[in-house]
Amino acid sequence: MKFGLKILALFLAIFGGGLIVLPGQVANAEGQNFNGSALLAGVLPNIPKGKGNSCIAPTDFMRRNHMNLLKHDRDETVHFGNRQVKASLKECVACHAVNGANNTPITVEDPKHFCRACHDYVAVKIDCFECHASRPGGTLKSSLDKVLMENKALAAYAKGSEE
Amino acid sequence: MSGCDKSNCGCVNTNPTDLLSSSRRNFLGGAAAVATLTLAPGITITAFGGSAKASGHHARWGLLVDVNKCKKDCNACVTACSTEHGWEDTGHPLTDAQWIRKVTLKDKKSGFEQSLPVMCQHCAEPPCVDVCPTAASFRRDDGIVLVDKHLCIGCRYCIMACPYQARSFIHEPLIDQKEYSPRGKGTVESCNLCVHRVDVGGTPACVEACSATGNGAMLFGNLNDPDSEISKRVAEYPSTQIRADLGLDPGVRYENL
Repeated sequence: MKFGLKILALFLAIFGGGLIVLPGQVANAEGQNFNGSALLAGVLPNIPKGKGNSCIAPTDFMRRNHMNLLKHDRDETVHFGNRQVKASLKECVACHAVNGANNTPITVEDPKHFCRACHDYVAVKIDCFECHASRPGGTLKSSLDKVLMENKALAAYAKGSEE
Repeated sequence: MSGCDKSNCGCVNTNPTDLLSSSRRNFLGGAAAVATLTLAPGITITAFGGSAKASGHHARWGLLVDVNKCKKDCNACVTACSTEHGWEDTGHPLTDAQWIRKVTLKDKKSGFEQSLPVMCQHCAEPPCVDVCPTAASFRRDDGIVLVDKHLCIGCRYCIMACPYQARSFIHEPLIDQKEYSPRGKGTVESCNLCVHRVDVGGTPACVEACSATGNGAMLFGNLNDPDSEISKRVAEYPSTQIRADLGLDPGVRYENL
């Protein structure tokens, strides 16, 4: 009996409950494991921390419902022209951008991308980025700027009209 | 998306978003971005608004192109559109996307040539919407004809139905699209009248580029607002729609064509 308890205690010490919790509960905002289980490092997703203090809803809620929020608000924007929706994919991408080697945000082609960190783990395909940009645009130059860059005469004209 | 602009036809606007938005706009006066009203401690109403919400019930966005002012060798509107939305000419005319193009008309007898931009004509009765099996092609309440790419299955019926050949199909996978202009393989696309700009009170990229050239051949505005510049011009001077005989009532009109 006493020997049996020792075995149980040893088992708990090694696996520390890491086997019976969901990945969403194990990883905290920094992507570190609460229980420090070295055995599970590299198995559970390493979720990069977003910018700012908080998301539009608590993390637990977002983990389970982000797709529904996005689906609701996409119709608002596409069909009714509402550009000030709460759940905007553009904002997701801007806030959760992960910088790559050359200090520029990585696209979804990189496995370290915020969305892929989890989606790869749970084997759910993301369709969003077939069409949507998976990283923030950075300094988006307006189309007018390009026209002006290509045509010096136009640039001179535009400059003159501003003065 | 009934597309009904008549005030006396008996249509009921059943869209709660529209009803809500018009009252919000009045309340906000079109200036504030966010307004919070405190009714009682702990009870607040927060209204998000302030952008010229394009689905306003009475808007009908349109373009007026003065063909006399459109220069034959000028391509600024096409370049601007291409840069704005990220489509480009890769030397494969059969499969490249093309949202807007310059068309040259020549009178064979006199040799007189005219050049004009042709894009989605944003019809009031769009055939692309009629044929779409998934309702991905639709006409917004403000007259802009769009493809909801979430619903598009890439069947390309709309490409066949459009008499203006305004639509393109994306054949290749894309990456790094413009964040305000999602485009993806397997879906159909066309001029969206720069809906991302219009929704926040801006003008389409082509119109902006055209006025920057000094030609000023393109005018954008609300055809349903009698006080708008475009409505006044249309009322005062002769203008025409391409293939008006088809009865599609395009929102793009041409002067001196």
